[in-house]
Amino acid sequence: MEYAYYPGCSLEHTGKPYDLSLREIFKTLGVTLREIEDWNCCGATMYMSVDKIVGFAVSARILAQAQNMGCDICAPCSSCYTTLRKTNRHITWNEHSRRIINEALKAANLVYDKMVDVRHPLDILVNDVTLPKIAAAAPNSLGGLKVAPYYGCMIVRPVHHFDDMDDPDTMDRLLGALGADVVEFPDKVRCCGGMLMTTYEEIALNLNNHILSCAEDYGAQVIATVCPLCQMNLEAYQKQINERYNLNHHIPVVYFTQLVGLALGIDPVKLGLDTMLIDAGDLTVKPKTARVAV
Amino acid sequence: MPLPIPTHLELPSAREAELHAAFWEQMRSIPRGEKIQNCIQCGTCTGTCPVSYLMDITPRQIVALFRAGYLEEILHSRAIWICASCYACRVRCPSGIYVTDMMYALKRIAISRRIYPPKFPVYALSRSFISNIYKYGRNFEMGLAVKYLLIASPLKLLSNAVFGLTMIRKGRIAIRPTTIKRIHEVRAIIDRANQLEAEGA
Repeated sequence: MEYAYYPGCSLEHTGKPYDLSLREIFKTLGVTLREIEDWNCCGATMYMSVDKIVGFAVSARILAQAQNMGCDICAPCSSCYTTLRKTNRHITWNEHSRRIINEALKAANLVYDKMVDVRHPLDILVNDVTLPKIAAAAPNSLGGLKVAPYYGCMIVRPVHHFDDMDDPDTMDRLLGALGADVVEFPDKVRCCGGMLMTTYEEIALNLNNHILSCAEDYGAQVIATVCPLCQMNLEAYQKQINERYNLNHHIPVVYFTQLVGLALGIDPVKLGLDTMLIDAGDLTVKPKTARVAV
Repeated sequence: MPLPIPTHLELPSAREAELHAAFWEQMRSIPRGEKIQNCIQCGTCTGTCPVSYLMDITPRQIVALFRAGYLEEILHSRAIWICASCYACRVRCPSGIYVTDMMYALKRIAISRRIYPPKFPVYALSRSFISNIYKYGRNFEMGLAVKYLLIASPLKLLSNAVFGLTMIRKGRIAIRPTTIKRIHEVRAIIDRANQLEAEGA
């Protein structure tokens, strides 16, 4: 199993723990990640707001490089995931877009003429590696840890490629298979506001308050995320939310890959758990006493 | 928002006609973009939108106003900048309209014509984001945040400084941008794509 790895800008810094834990768990599970060499920014939602075709041409450079590597892309950031998939969609849909994008790529001696599939690591883990294999590789159990699985927007919308758009359960099943007690979480696909935290903080604080409150109301001890922007919004602004609404949120928000890593027996520091803003150090992980059938 | 009632005998102003043409051009560049004509004004988009209650005009009203010839008013609204691009409207619309992509289309028209609501410089964020890609090939989070706050609310720079320092300590933010090795490739792609677009290729 081999994938062209596209970390994206966020995973270099703010989402570093996501990058660290993803690489660790894939290594442990025997999945090869070959980082796309000298990759560029996908353009995110920002390029789309200024110029769509130029933005798609920028993200097509990544797709063209992956085509040369001959494998599917693994894109952990929800925004990169959607942007790259949207670029593919436009290239197949419209002759005009395809021509401009390919002409532009030619200026960099690149060609993109075969469709490279863009996959999210959650999809890869559950549908390619499969749950029984992951559970069998895990020496530890998440020991009934109460987890709220937060999917956010862009891995289930606009296109729900590998899960249900209203009530996705891929992460529920993954963490459940590793011994977590996955709580009911009605806000699992509610928007965190994304870039609104920068442009319209008031609105974003309100949105994140909803999600945090929902997770706490349903008894979660920790929120698991799949996207660096969601993670940042939910974790870093709890203090502001508490001040604004006179509340006392204090709940760790980690990447789902970090929880998988703990179950796989990987050192918490290697999973970047020491760099979280809200201490997630006391998450209970116990050695498995008996093999749990999955 | 009090708007004059359009008299049906009047032709749209030259400005409105020009915006209308630009909007259609944008919508035609989106898969199923023409479906906006099928809007039944049911309001599902507004109902599913997590931020519509803060918009000055709602997504449903945007389509209604466009039909009535008020694109200029739409472009001056805060609504298009409040859209967080969560795609809830897009998956719910019973007429299959790509509402989120319509919002992007409106943002592009507004940015290209420098129409922005007062004291709301989101365009500055978009512009510095894309200029970072041209300069470095990658996004430079701290540079972007500082630049944006300088324009939007300089006072917030102070309160954000503490947060910035924590992130630096945790190794979760870079104080300098990373430039990719083959930045010339990214620039060549951007220049060529811009050129082709300008030529109307």
